[in-house]
Amino acid sequence: MADTTFLDSTELVLNMGPQHPSTHGVLRVILKLDGEKVLGTECIIGYLHRGVEKIAENRTYAQFNPYVDRMDYVAAISNGLGYCLAVEKLLNVEVPARAQAIRVILTELNRIASHLLWLGTHALDIGAITPVFYCLREREEALKIFEKYCGARLTTHAFRIGGLLYETYDGFEQEIIDFCKMFLPHVDEYEELLTNNRIWVGRLKDVGILSGDECKEFGVTGPVLRAAGVKWDLRKAQPYSGYEKYDFEIPTRTNGDTYDRYIVRMEEMRQSVRIMEQAVAAIPEGPIMGKVGKVIKPPVGEAYVSIEAPKGELGYYAVSDGSTQPYRVRVRPPSFVNLQALDRMIRGGLVADVVAVIGTLDIVLGEIDR
Amino acid sequence: MAGLLKKIFLADLFQGLWVTFRNQDPKLIYTERYPEERPKVAERYRGAPRLNINPDNGETLCIACNLCALACPETLIVVTSERNEETKRKELTTFTYDTSRCMFCGLCEDACPVDALELTQDFEMATYTREGQIWDRQTLEEGPRPTQYKC
Ligand code: SF4
Ligand code: SF4
Repeated sequence: MADTTFLDSTELVLNMGPQHPSTHGVLRVILKLDGEKVLGTECIIGYLHRGVEKIAENRTYAQFNPYVDRMDYVAAISNGLGYCLAVEKLLNVEVPARAQAIRVILTELNRIASHLLWLGTHALDIGAITPVFYCLREREEALKIFEKYCGARLTTHAFRIGGLLYETYDGFEQEIIDFCKMFLPHVDEYEELLTNNRIWVGRLKDVGILSGDECKEFGVTGPVLRAAGVKWDLRKAQPYSGYEKYDFEIPTRTNGDTYDRYIVRMEEMRQSVRIMEQAVAAIPEGPIMGKVGKVIKPPVGEAYVSIEAPKGELGYYAVSDGSTQPYRVRVRPPSFVNLQALDRMIRGGLVADVVAVIGTLDIVLGEIDR
Repeated sequence: MAGLLKKIFLADLFQGLWVTFRNQDPKLIYTERYPEERPKVAERYRGAPRLNINPDNGETLCIACNLCALACPETLIVVTSERNEETKRKELTTFTYDTSRCMFCGLCEDACPVDALELTQDFEMATYTREGQIWDRQTLEEGPRPTQYKC
């Protein structure tokens, strides 16, 4: 290499992560660079692997329930809902209407909490430091409601198979209504900070474009897919837990770039508030637990349930061999599938945009490595 | 034209700065002065475990049925018991609870038929040693005994 100078374009391989603060956990990305240009990327995952699917085979159905919270810990309630729905399908039990309504409220509140954390950290990656403080402030209110409802803030273990364990506490409805009222002006506040800000627009517009067809090829779901113009939301497409009763829109955009994904998520938070307002106005009376025995022993069979988690389609596939422990539980985490698209989105882009694209995918490594 | 003027006068940036300015009100400060001012955790908070005793006669409520140990996903509770020859009932001898492996899911609490085991609102459980995290029956009944330092 005697006659190459540093001015010649040579390929440079650079490791980003696993301790990089902008990789949102322990993701390692190997970047192949030509100057500022990204020629290719490769993601190395597995630093947070705990073997959750294997643990499931050694636990009873009820015992595995708290473990699912630890996959996507930012949206633990959505994970719990997906797992409970899968086992309920195996057992073929009906969840009472009251439990369904409370589940919807808490899941939507969790979607807001998850999106708020995404917005704060994504803005922080781009270089806007202010929004993260405001986002965490509002997220705190949501977490307080979780803590009051089920006794934990993050890994909640809020739902049980067949319904709910905890009845709502006094003033639950009022607190949800207050949260909705308080929250909507705050969304406008974030938009005021970011939407028209020229640095924000400059950093996000036309970065990490992923078209609708490419999304489908990769199996990418969630806000990433909707920002590319595909109107696909499992809450509308295959309603579960009584989502068909609520009136809400699926926000979509057409460009499929990072800016559009930001707009879609902001709009989704408003829609979540809408769902919560409708649900809390009509929580039916009645029991909160379905007809489930003390020992959960589903008949031989298998069930797949997918729900719309904040990050995309979250699927649980449970196989029962008739014993008290699942034969197999397979999780289809949205972040894991969405991360595949990273290379397509960033190839040919600039190295500074890598953090923007990782941020916009809204990945959680606990869910990717499982 | 309006767009150009907005660009020149940095309207978008000032709009954002105005939001920051609005939030400068000292009433909106959220700092918690933790050790002096203790946060009020929720009533249902799942924190440090406690083995309840009957306040009337000071005997433990636990009937040594072992249900909590069976319910725990981490199998970290160990209950031993002895048969009392006079009353023909099982009596609790030791109760070990390894808080270092506990994930505070609350399944043991739900399983207990007599509400003897309870997860309390206490959240300060740090110890200096790993062994200190393993709570025995006395610790569970009386609460942890932190080392007292004179100052
Ligand atoms: S809280 Fe959960 S992990 Fe901890 S001892 Fe009870 S059942 Fe086991
Ligand atoms: S379930 Fe309750 S009564 Fe039974 S051994 Fe555990 S603490 Fe004691």
